[in-house]
Amino acid sequence: MSASATPAWFQLDWRRVGRWGGLCALGIVLVSLIGMPVGLDRRIIIEGRLSLGYLALIWMPLLFGYLVPKRIVLEGVENPDPGIRDVLAGLCAGVLAGLGPLLLILGIDNFNLRKPLVNWSPQLLELLTFGRGIGYGVAVWFAICAVLGLVGSSMHVLPANVRRVVSFIAYGLLFISVLEAAIDDLSEGFGLESLTDAMYARRGGLTVKFSIILAVVIGVLSIVTKGRVKGAANHYKGLQGAERKRASMLLFSGVTALCIVLPMFLGMIMNELLANVGLFLLLALGLNIVVGLAGILDLGYVAFFAVGGYTTAVLTSAESPFFTPELHFGFALIVVVAMAGLTGLVIGAPVIRMRGDYLAIVTLGFGEIIRLLFMSDWLKPYFGGAQGITNVPHVDLGFAVVKGTDPRSVFYMVLVLCVLAVYVSWRLQGSRLGRAWMAIREDEQVAEAMGINTVNAKLMAFVVGAMMAAVSGAVLAAKVGSVFPNSFMILVSIIILVVVIVGGMGNIAGVLVGSFVLIGVLGGPRQPGLLQEFQSYKLLIYGALLVFMMLKRPEGLVPSARRSQELHQEEFLQDAWLKGEDHDIEEAAEAAAAVGGSEGTGDQA
Amino acid sequence: MTATLNRQSARRVSKVDRFLTFIRVFLVSLIVIGVVAFLAQQFAPDNPFARWRNPDAMGLTADQFKGLLVSGLSQGAMYGLIALGYSMVYGVLGFINFAHGEVFMAGAMTGFIASEKFNANGLWESNFLLCLVLIIIMAVGISTLMAVLMERVAYRPLRNSPRLIPLITSIGVSFFIQNAVMGLFGPASKSYPRLPEWLSKQRSILTFEIAGTKILVLVVASVSMAGLWYLVERTRTGKAMRAVAEDKEIAALMGINVNRIIVTTFAVGGAMAGVAGILWGLLFRGVTHMTGFLPGIKAFTAAVVGGIGNLGGAMAGGVALGSAESVAPLVILEPLGVPGVSQLKDAAAFTVLVLVLLFKPSGLFGERLSAEDRT
Amino acid sequence: MSHLLEISDLKVTFGGLDALSGLNFHVDEGEIVSVIGPNGAGKTTFFNAISGLVETTEGDILFEGESVLGLEPHQVTGLGIARTFQNVRLFPNMTILENAMVSQHCRTRQLVFGALFQTRAFKQEEREIRERAEAALGFFGSRLVGYRLEQAAFMLSYANRRRLEIARAMATQPRLILLDEPVAGMNPMETAELTGLIGRLRTEWGFTIVMIEHDMRVVRDVSDRVVVLDHGVPIAQGSYDEVSTNPEVIEAYLGRPVESRA
Repeated sequence: MSASATPAWFQLDWRRVGRWGGLCALGIVLVSLIGMPVGLDRRIIIEGRLSLGYLALIWMPLLFGYLVPKRIVLEGVENPDPGIRDVLAGLCAGVLAGLGPLLLILGIDNFNLRKPLVNWSPQLLELLTFGRGIGYGVAVWFAICAVLGLVGSSMHVLPANVRRVVSFIAYGLLFISVLEAAIDDLSEGFGLESLTDAMYARRGGLTVKFSIILAVVIGVLSIVTKGRVKGAANHYKGLQGAERKRASMLLFSGVTALCIVLPMFLGMIMNELLANVGLFLLLALGLNIVVGLAGILDLGYVAFFAVGGYTTAVLTSAESPFFTPELHFGFALIVVVAMAGLTGLVIGAPVIRMRGDYLAIVTLGFGEIIRLLFMSDWLKPYFGGAQGITNVPHVDLGFAVVKGTDPRSVFYMVLVLCVLAVYVSWRLQGSRLGRAWMAIREDEQVAEAMGINTVNAKLMAFVVGAMMAAVSGAVLAAKVGSVFPNSFMILVSIIILVVVIVGGMGNIAGVLVGSFVLIGVLGGPRQPGLLQEFQSYKLLIYGALLVFMMLKRPEGLVPSARRSQELHQEEFLQDAWLKGEDHDIEEAAEAAAAVGGSEGTGDQA
Repeated sequence: MTATLNRQSARRVSKVDRFLTFIRVFLVSLIVIGVVAFLAQQFAPDNPFARWRNPDAMGLTADQFKGLLVSGLSQGAMYGLIALGYSMVYGVLGFINFAHGEVFMAGAMTGFIASEKFNANGLWESNFLLCLVLIIIMAVGISTLMAVLMERVAYRPLRNSPRLIPLITSIGVSFFIQNAVMGLFGPASKSYPRLPEWLSKQRSILTFEIAGTKILVLVVASVSMAGLWYLVERTRTGKAMRAVAEDKEIAALMGINVNRIIVTTFAVGGAMAGVAGILWGLLFRGVTHMTGFLPGIKAFTAAVVGGIGNLGGAMAGGVALGSAESVAPLVILEPLGVPGVSQLKDAAAFTVLVLVLLFKPSGLFGERLSAEDRT
Repeated sequence: MSHLLEISDLKVTFGGLDALSGLNFHVDEGEIVSVIGPNGAGKTTFFNAISGLVETTEGDILFEGESVLGLEPHQVTGLGIARTFQNVRLFPNMTILENAMVSQHCRTRQLVFGALFQTRAFKQEEREIRERAEAALGFFGSRLVGYRLEQAAFMLSYANRRRLEIARAMATQPRLILLDEPVAGMNPMETAELTGLIGRLRTEWGFTIVMIEHDMRVVRDVSDRVVVLDHGVPIAQGSYDEVSTNPEVIEAYLGRPVESRA
């Protein structure tokens, strides 16, 4: 039979289906063997229906189903008429993805690979077969994958309105469920326990009844608000100069006000979480100046965090080996800032002229050296070696005491410092120094040729960033009450880097969003976030996020105003082209006539 | 920027320059004092200079010193093998593949899994050499596959972006692989099965007492290096590689399939890292998901020390770094009265990096990079 | 009277190859001098040597009687020598206004303190920077001002990028501007306009100009003097008419006629 005999709707791009379906199957196997489904199964999303463990698997067929038909026909032009063919492709890819669970179920049932693969376990089998036997499990997984692949690919076919409602409901349910702990806490603060009792099941997760109500509400809302949110955002983006500045100020003060009021109604755990977010926000704001503005990839940023922590501990703790007086935190903070500046200069000066990538690795080396030094026996008489320094006292501000056991007070202190850091970042960004940093980021050699002392300017960025990190370290020391070398691993630098990049490099709002989303939801290097169950997988997710952002969205979640212009550059150029003659050319003609140039336009010399 | 780096400001010296000079002088005098004090201890243990900073220093016996040197050499050979991967990729694409350490770790991990299986069915005991060859082949296969996949998935789409973008991406890749391996195989340290007695026993060669394992490491490393040298200098692929490193566009115009050459580069670098992974397993026996991190960074240091893009330099840099980090703490720091010097081994390695970049930004043997990457 | 820029026996060597050798040359206040020569003649190396981007091997470069050798590029700019680049090198993600503002870095001095506390001196200086930037941008008519001030530089058309680069150099408040192929890639009308503007740079802004250019009509129309380089060696100097009829110059450009080779 020739190809023409197959009906048009069945002419699939089989290679594509095979590739995405196969990748999806592989992904399911990998995620399962890493242990996510079993590890995350405790966290319930919807009572009795869906746990985070299953969610860790089923997002894949959904996403790959969505990706299969999305084909770029020409650069920038998508497949013009999505039809039944695309839906079918999603279905086929989904069926193929079902091979993943199939292989796992049969494999675990018949072979024992527990020795190298720690998650090759009966629990995984139990989870994959829903506890009802092999045949049932395999059949159900094929069905699930096929249906989800179909749903994913049919997103292209559905009318925009339906698509919108569906995705809003999905995101909304997920969002409310993730925020469970926060909402629980908040309603307790307001005395509305009865509401959350109705919303969430006793073992966690949304109740089925409430999910349905919520879905309906979100659906209705999404229809009602259609276009408004986007319109407002566009309006905001369209604002220029002073107006934009005012709008930003308004937005920022709104967020600050919320930050002041909200903690009063939150309990311990949530305040602790907020304090951690603030702590890392402070770090991220500093790194944003170094990486985002000046374009220096400083991977040893944690060194300054450590310097801040240790300086505070040495000065304020009675337990510190060689400096016994207990100084006040406020005084220590001044010394911390000075020390940070000094270390910034000492570490910065040798590296500042190196090529950008060498600088990254050398600073990484410095970050590690500083930790090793704090840990060594050599400096044990000063910094306590691996045991660190304990008994860092509370901060007595006269009108209030900030201590680790009262996270709310820590949060308020961090909030004040963050606001200060945002102010500093914002003012510097718009100053002579900020412009010099940006110029260096764009093209260092030209910046030098345009009269900027690049060495000094870069050192300045290094120092300002170092100071913010050190202040954050000081707060950490006071909050935890002790410092250990292992709190200052290179890991911290990299997590902060992910925060800055995911949020949007060089953009204060981006850094804010980045720290709330990442540190708040996933958690910091040691600090749990809203999804505590992610503890063992969050570094994996940070790594994957970093790669994904660099490949697909290097400008971050909240691109700075200019970066978003860049994305529309082509549109502008097209507009100019469509308008016909570039008006520059006309102007040039007039000017040429005025100058009285004798050249004809046809001269080809 | 090289111009600004190299330029000697004859008359006007900035504060930063002065500070740098100070650091250089300080570090060098520290090393000199340490070495002189060490020598003083060796020759006349009771003179006041030897006792100055460290009254209870014992000095080293000749055997101890030789032992340090040999373990430095064998470890350095391993760094050299890993460094080749950094150096080749940097030479061709101009960016640091931070995740290369993870390729090495994957090799070591593969070796562990395979040798475990061989040990279980007794082959490890009965026919060790066959097992060794098999695990090397497997490790090389997995590492190569990993390096090639990495290039395809993460780096190829970023081929023309600014230098720091692929570097940041590779940090993400590194993080991802580390934690995926931890998830797959668990966080506990895994150890290779015991080596047969005839291999691990001490042997005496040229007055050096060397453990057989170290000889094996040195031999395997030299063979791999020779193979690589042959590939790069004597084959068509090698010639194409060098052409691509020089100028990608021109190479493409000359009919070289640049993509294929880049993949080959990653593959060869990955294979070398795989061999190094096995050697690590034989030498230290313990492997975890973090095994790739420090050796990776040190290997990069070795590549820079030897001059990046320069393959002979990478190997020499590895050996130099390995010896420096095993000898320097005892020879320089111990006489200065620093306690617990063995903890400062890693710090010594990084100090070597800083020192080399302070004096010779292009490494000891000079960089070999294409014109566009030199800026 | 001493010259504004005086170059004596300048030699620049790259790995054994003389990119420039034995260059003797001076520029007086208020002159427009063109440097021409075939590709690879060392013209851009000459600019790089003046602005401190490459190391010189021999000879000296005096600006206002003081040597600029051994200075960092930013110090050279600080003395009053600004330049443009052959392959336009703007700060693409900064706005047009910022591009022109940032180049006044060496003329201003506010640092962190002023910015944080918004001191009077800081505000005053910011205002002046902005005014000067707008003045420089305004030199090119309406093309770089108005709504464009807040646009990112990468959004500009090619010709406007060249203009912005010149405006950026003007904003450094130099005495001498080095223009590296200012009209390259422009169409005839744009070229004609820019030729006029180069003249006005001297008359209205009082800059002295050294220019590398391939377009002979531009060279003829604006320059007081022309220097011809070939293989790093100056082969002729003088007015456009003198140089353009010089047989050596013609040979350098066109090569030796076939018959004379025998």
